[in-house]
Amino acid sequence: MDPAREPATMTATPSVHAPGAGAGISLNGISLTFRGARTTRVLDTIDLEVRRREVVALIGPNGCGKSTLLRVLAGLIKADGGAVAIDGQPVTGPDPRVGLVFQEPRLLGWRSAESNVRFPMELAGWSRERQEARASDLLGLVGLREYARARPGTLSGGTRQRVSIARALALEPSLLLLDEPFSALDALTRERFNLELLRLWERTGTTIVLVTHSIPEAVFIADRVVVLSPRPARVVADIAVGMPRPRRLVDLDSALVSSLAADVRAHLADTTDDAIAMEEARRAIPAGLTPKDRPARKHAETEPGTPAWFDPFRPEDES
Amino acid sequence: MTAAVSGSTTARRRAQRRSVLAALWPMVASLVVFVIVWQLVVFVSGFPPYILPGPLSVGQRFVRAWLDGTMWPNVSATLVEVLLGFALGASVALVAGIALARSRLAERLLSPYLVAAQATPVLALAPLIALWFGTDLPSKLVICTLIVFFPVAVATMVGIRSVDPRLLEMARSFRASSWQTITRVEVPAALPAILGGMRVGVTLSVIGAIVGEWAGADRGLGVLINVARGSLFDIPLMFAALLQLAIIGVVLYLVMLLIERRLVGER
Ligand SMILES: Nc1ncnc2c1ncn2[C@@H]1O[C@H](COP(=O)(O)OP(=O)(O)OP(=O)(O)O)[C@@H](O)[C@H]1O
Ligand SMILES: [Mg+2]
Repeated sequence: MDPAREPATMTATPSVHAPGAGAGISLNGISLTFRGARTTRVLDTIDLEVRRREVVALIGPNGCGKSTLLRVLAGLIKADGGAVAIDGQPVTGPDPRVGLVFQEPRLLGWRSAESNVRFPMELAGWSRERQEARASDLLGLVGLREYARARPGTLSGGTRQRVSIARALALEPSLLLLDEPFSALDALTRERFNLELLRLWERTGTTIVLVTHSIPEAVFIADRVVVLSPRPARVVADIAVGMPRPRRLVDLDSALVSSLAADVRAHLADTTDDAIAMEEARRAIPAGLTPKDRPARKHAETEPGTPAWFDPFRPEDES
Repeated sequence: MTAAVSGSTTARRRAQRRSVLAALWPMVASLVVFVIVWQLVVFVSGFPPYILPGPLSVGQRFVRAWLDGTMWPNVSATLVEVLLGFALGASVALVAGIALARSRLAERLLSPYLVAAQATPVLALAPLIALWFGTDLPSKLVICTLIVFFPVAVATMVGIRSVDPRLLEMARSFRASSWQTITRVEVPAALPAILGGMRVGVTLSVIGAIVGEWAGADRGLGVLINVARGSLFDIPLMFAALLQLAIIGVVLYLVMLLIERRLVGER
């Protein structure tokens, strides 16, 4: 088989961890300001409740703080104020109950797909047999069993992202956080991945919080679409998507999706001071158009530089 | 799928072998040219053999030195110094490089001494080291360690500092300990840089061993060179020892290159 071609589906094995295991989240008055050369106020008293097994989509303009909010939820950074709790227990550091899928796959290039999926289990000190059994289940779940031995470098972008989803599920998290996981995929593959994510959700029983820039994607996947304002991010709208499950791709073209999408778009446009966008949104553009392309690079995602040998003059915060 | 992957691997191997052959050709050719030019210089200049012996007489002396047992004890002594010294220096440098990469304080405390030590020629330090550590193996190991240390430590430090911070964040999200982050993310990711530093280091280790022998020793290729030029006044033997030294250096370099290909070639 051609390694560059996409495998058929993500779903091949029965449920991988117990359904109903999802965790509830509560964010109370989360605020965060980055202090460095410049102070950037990123999160402004965010309140958000997510029930067990719920699927919530976060949508908001570029640089408003969506990724930062996910990092706070995953315990990777501490908020200045407010409380984060998963199932009533506060999040104090990188949390075992959370599986995080980054915007880029972030695979270890020197390891095979299978070994990348085993990485979190190795860190957790699982026995070799247990690691192998679990990795094989997960690769089956994302439809990549034949790719187990392939290096990430030989896989396509979509296949890599599946590996990273399998890796995020490794330690049976009850909460799956996804940061624009499908933004590198072509339109059709992206729709298929949306569907597969929902199948995955049915089989794994996690709660899902998904960051996306695609309005149709948000509406199609989620039970609720939460719209954030430009920086500093506040919750400006919390729109319930009353669409029955299981959902099918044809639902994307339904009137319900169109009107919900128009609703989301209107709230998003309200948050910007772009008068034209606001005007157009008020006239309820039909669904199917995604926001204009985002700038390709953000500050945290620039290529690493090559530092000097010893440089006593290097500023403290850069390392 | 498996077939496709292994197929592409064998294809890549075959391509690699072809490229090795293609790379080897010019080397052989340049070696031949070198020997011819050498012979020509001897011919034209008319230097006596005690100044510049011809390639033939050096070759004969080289073979004879191996056959009559002059060469081996000296080669083995030098090899032990080179390899042990390299292993010691590279290990210390690896640990130091990791510490320097991870701690600004370590960098600020240690870098002045490291740069100063690197800027002071080992040749100038060698007599002192011989005074302190004697004329046996330990003094050679100290000198090799000193000379190997810098390139390997700097390569390790730069390599680890250049590791993609996104991978580190990924590891942190799975609660990797510092030790796990070092061994499973940072060192593997920095391996190409580290091995590049070691490739330089292993040839420097040869220099360290010879300098150490000159500062005082009773066996080794450095000793052989001195004796051949001095009390024996056997200049072809001196050239044979130099040739042997060059061979050791090239072979060690190639071995490091092969190890590097083995470990990181697949990426
Ligand atoms: N570690 C940091 N230090 C300083 N500023 C930061 C840091 N991380 C993020 N920021 C800033 O915080 C703001 C929000 O960043 P974040 O990545 O959360 O945005 P985002 O909503 O995910 O944007 P995008 O849609 O482009 O992915 C940006 O202005 C960014 O420059
Ligand atoms: Mg982001």
